[in-house]
Amino acid sequence: MTTTAGTRPTRAAHAASKRRFRAEALWGYAFIAPTGLGLAIFYLWPVVQTTYFSFTEWGAFGGHTWTGLDNYTRLIGDPEVGRALVNTLTYTVLGLVGIPLAIVFAALLNRPGLRGVSAYRTAFFLPVVTMPVAVAMLWRWLYNGDYGLVNQVLSVVGIDGPNWIADPATAMYALVVVGIWSSIGYNLIIFLAGMQAIPKELYEAASMDGAGSVRQFFRITLPMLSPTAFFISIVSVIGSLQLFDLVFVMTGSGQSARANPAYARLQTVVQLFYERAFVTNDRGYAAAIVIALLVLIAALTVLQFRLQRRWVHYV
Amino acid sequence: MWKSARSGAALLCAVLLASACGGGEQAGTGAGTQDKVTLSYGVWDATQQAVMQELGAEFTKTHPNVAIDVQLTPWADYWTKMKAAVTGGAAPDVFWMNGPNFQLYASNGVIKPIEEQVDTSVYPKGLVDLYTYEGKLYGLPKDMDTVGVWYNKTLFEAAKVTPPADDWTWADFKEAAAKLTDAKKGVYAIGAELTSFQEYQYNTIYQAGGHVISPDGKKSGYDDPKTIEGLKFWTDLIAAKQSPDLKTMTDTAPLQLFEAGKLAMYWGGSWNVAEFTKNDYTKDKVDVAPLPKGEKQATIIHGVANVVSAKTEHPAEAWEFVKFLGSKPAAGILGKKGPIPAYNGTQSDWVAAHPELKLQVFLDAVAYAVPYPVSKNTAAWQEAELTHLTKAWTGEVPVDKAAADLAAGMNDLLAKE
Repeated sequence: MTTTAGTRPTRAAHAASKRRFRAEALWGYAFIAPTGLGLAIFYLWPVVQTTYFSFTEWGAFGGHTWTGLDNYTRLIGDPEVGRALVNTLTYTVLGLVGIPLAIVFAALLNRPGLRGVSAYRTAFFLPVVTMPVAVAMLWRWLYNGDYGLVNQVLSVVGIDGPNWIADPATAMYALVVVGIWSSIGYNLIIFLAGMQAIPKELYEAASMDGAGSVRQFFRITLPMLSPTAFFISIVSVIGSLQLFDLVFVMTGSGQSARANPAYARLQTVVQLFYERAFVTNDRGYAAAIVIALLVLIAALTVLQFRLQRRWVHYV
Repeated sequence: MWKSARSGAALLCAVLLASACGGGEQAGTGAGTQDKVTLSYGVWDATQQAVMQELGAEFTKTHPNVAIDVQLTPWADYWTKMKAAVTGGAAPDVFWMNGPNFQLYASNGVIKPIEEQVDTSVYPKGLVDLYTYEGKLYGLPKDMDTVGVWYNKTLFEAAKVTPPADDWTWADFKEAAAKLTDAKKGVYAIGAELTSFQEYQYNTIYQAGGHVISPDGKKSGYDDPKTIEGLKFWTDLIAAKQSPDLKTMTDTAPLQLFEAGKLAMYWGGSWNVAEFTKNDYTKDKVDVAPLPKGEKQATIIHGVANVVSAKTEHPAEAWEFVKFLGSKPAAGILGKKGPIPAYNGTQSDWVAAHPELKLQVFLDAVAYAVPYPVSKNTAAWQEAELTHLTKAWTGEVPVDKAAADLAAGMNDLLAKE
């Protein structure tokens, strides 16, 4: 009697909790539905569509025919794809310099007793909230070979500066500088937050053991920041591989970009995609280019996750 | 929940699409009634926006139920946006068409051929031909333009060079260019522009007796030695430092250099009148002369036409509007404030608007003008022109080699059309 009386309520309670769990899950799904739907409609579906289009050939105004792997074979033999890939990877690798730079600035801003931290922080963050097109226009003027501010300053010390973004020898570096300049604020804020999350006790203990501030930086701050640095490197590698707006405006807008003598050094994968999709009406091929880029980004991200075991310290 | 999420998504889509669809949604009920109709009119030239609005208002006077919404998209993005709009079914009802894009739009059936019988003898023949595809006329010419040499009188006087005569030749031009160049002052004779084929390379190519594309539109003319001579005309100027190098022109466009008194000459179109008469520096310093004569006299003629989208919901009203824009009264209004109207006999107003300039030069040039070279996918080989000729302009590759590569690339592209 007692046993059955005892088990029955338990079973009932179990069933009830299961029901409650289901109801809760249902509510959960309901609440994420708007976002989930948005993602599905505006992100996932286009990816599926683009994948399909990459196996087709397009008319100028829609209408397409299945061509199998044609676009991909053409992609492998296209010298412009190889060139754009080299440029994009160069930009990505050079752009990584921005990460240690951001850490150094963050460490300087994080020093106890520094006045006006918020003013500095705002100054660093301003380029991030400025539109990339405006940033690119501004730098285009700064870099102008004859009338730009950069060369005006250089001429004071007797240096005859080049046409920064039209000279194949300097164009990529000029571009990287702008890229780092405009992303450093974002990285810096994240690093600052990361630094402020490091327990004070660690530093106190270290100074009791006689470690100076430089040693503390390398032995405590850097290792404790490695998860943050990992996040930043993932995000900035993806961002660099998708570079478009900056280079599009700085090389010249629209078709005249090809008349820039440094174009062969600046053209990025996404820019090539843009030209094929919107200038020469080759949309199937353009789709193949971005799908290849997607695969590359995925591969590099997986690689980064594999490598993180060697250098990222989780507490 | 599901239902509301779906309607939420539908609402979101509606909001996103609202800007794109615009006027297309209104008054879907039959034409010919007194329903209010708004026609969208796509244009690319900001300096003509006001005149276009004036023409729209003029049209509304005689067609009170039709309002015209002038939609300006800057030149740099006009065709990119138009292609996307046409593909997405959101093209303006009436829009500006140019030669390089015309065959692409006509052959894909996204613009409407003109069904009614119209008198085309009132327009220059070169323009009517430009907008005829497989025997059908698709647009009425709105304006026309030819090319001339704009020159800075002050710099000519300073270098003691007499202004160009009406019958000057390549030899005269080169002689003047040498004298006008003043390296110390940073003054060049001219900017050998790479990106504006209509004002630069195409003219010298035809003047040299060469051609850009065969008359049937199937073969490139870039491997013709005479065409190459037309290209060398420009690269020689760069090599002689009578033109800035390509790097400098990439940083600062020749137009800006000309307006800063750094270039003595600028090969430009009749459309530059608006710019040069307004600019503070150039307004009392420039005049215009015909292009110099090579083996023969030649200038590129081009003109914009008004076309009707195949998907317009108001075909009758749209055609009425295009007919009005191609009429004599509309040409009269245009000629006073904008480019040269295409309607024969209305051009004198355009010349008279600026008696201080020898604008008759542009009208006289019609006699020996060559139509703008086009094919079905002009944009594809225009990209190739830039890709290959950039190397010739920097001196990285000899001109004849670059031209031969371009001819091969262009022939491949033409074969795919």
